[in-house]
Amino acid sequence: MNVISPDMTVATAVPALSVTGVSHSYGSRRALDNVSLTVPQGEFTAVLGLNGAGKTTLLSLITRLFDARQGSISVLGYRIDREPGEALRRLGVVFQARTLDLDLSVMENLLFHAALHGIGGREARRRAHAALLDVGIAERAKDKARNLSGGQMRRVEIARSLMHEPRLLVLDEPTVGLDIASKVAIVTHVRRLVRERGVGVLWTTHLLDEIEPDDNILILHLGKPQAHGVVRDVVAASGQDTLRAAFTALTEAPPQEAA
Amino acid sequence: MSDLAFDTIEAPTRGFTVGQYLICLRGIMWREALRFVHQRERFVSALVRPLVWLFIFAAGFRQILGVSIIPPYETYVLYEVYVTPGLIAMIQLFNGMQSSLSMVYDREMGNMRMLLVSPFPRWFLIVSKLLSSTAVSILQVAAFLVVATIWGVDIPTWGYVTVLPALVLVGLMLGALGMLLSSLIKQLENFAGVMNFVIFPMFFASSALYPLWLVQQSSPVVYTICRLNPFTYGIELIRFSLYGKLDLLSLAVVLIAAIIFTIGAILAYDPSRGLLVRRGGGPA
Repeated sequence: MNVISPDMTVATAVPALSVTGVSHSYGSRRALDNVSLTVPQGEFTAVLGLNGAGKTTLLSLITRLFDARQGSISVLGYRIDREPGEALRRLGVVFQARTLDLDLSVMENLLFHAALHGIGGREARRRAHAALLDVGIAERAKDKARNLSGGQMRRVEIARSLMHEPRLLVLDEPTVGLDIASKVAIVTHVRRLVRERGVGVLWTTHLLDEIEPDDNILILHLGKPQAHGVVRDVVAASGQDTLRAAFTALTEAPPQEAA
Repeated sequence: MSDLAFDTIEAPTRGFTVGQYLICLRGIMWREALRFVHQRERFVSALVRPLVWLFIFAAGFRQILGVSIIPPYETYVLYEVYVTPGLIAMIQLFNGMQSSLSMVYDREMGNMRMLLVSPFPRWFLIVSKLLSSTAVSILQVAAFLVVATIWGVDIPTWGYVTVLPALVLVGLMLGALGMLLSSLIKQLENFAGVMNFVIFPMFFASSALYPLWLVQQSSPVVYTICRLNPFTYGIELIRFSLYGKLDLLSLAVVLIAAIIFTIGAILAYDPSRGLLVRRGGGPA
């Protein structure tokens, strides 16, 4: 499907994701501190940060693996803590850790995911087939997941995350550990989803070459937001010439208090 | 913009139909069945363990241990007959713990997350997982009973049917216990502790191998422990139901324990209260 869905045009005013003042701690360790973020529909937003910045915690809260201690998170206007079902059915997710069941085939993995979203029978098979075609891996549908390469597994995970036609896709460092070709293929595919289907994307990474000048970014450092906005604005505000220099400057110093 | 305004803009559908709940339940059961089929060694080991007890242990004890006439038996029975309900419960106990192990594994490997980010209510996902685990344990019990019958263990024909509700209840109780334990175990390596501190004590401090009156004669303390062990009541529920009888006390204890363990498991995996909150939900 390469067209924008009809109801998207009336819903574009609603952000795909809205994170407001979210803080979270593991015991006494503060993992996130007053993080706010908006992902508009049909736009690519990246969360940049070094290891331990809080990216994975943020995604765990957005996907409601657990609830935030403070603040609110809404997916397409649905509060994740108050209407988790409505929020989660509009959300697709690719976790950093591999989440395919290695004992099942590619198709079985997709059908299981469809069932977890209440989609069964022929419709599930149709969507699974279309999703695999879309990521160019349909010929491996019957293969066990454990026999795929890292890049292929990631493509299957992306295909799976789109089976229930979410309006928000969150990906946690999806290209880590992949070769250059797989990495480029995945970045290109996700950007095409943004452009052609109007999916809002939240992408976490520490790899700056995955970021384009028009992207929205949030830079996290030790759980604190350091900068938020379009790349060129963030670079300009930091007084640096490049995103790399700005990122380095913002993540070397002790964390700044959020504005 | 308020949440209310958001709600009214983008809501082509809300909630799930009963049919969709059933699709989800069927999907979870189907996945458990597929894993069971793909992991043949799991099936074989689940079958071999009780059969070793039946073939070897029971053969030895047959000559040593006399089993008097105790309900539900109406005559003297061979030790193999006495021990069979205990071995059935053992299959379900190990299956429940195996399910717990697989949840810890799934959590460490990450694919547990896909279950937890399903839009269906968390309690429904947990209960569906429990039902699927119970269904697998009943398949294992069926295979064991076939071999046991061939071996000469005499069970009334209708017993194969009347035992089914008991197997469902005991399977749910032990599956829920396993799920609760899985939330307490941080890493896969710690699972060995479950073997030492849960499975063995539960199995041996029960009426699985010896009638409780025998235990009472030798050690009142162990007898008291056996009486406090919910596994004992699971065994007795199975034992009575194999003969078309109902032990109300066992039924009550198993029901209450199943409810308590299930609520515990649901709370343990609750996004706002569960242990994942404190631990960060597994590997980053």
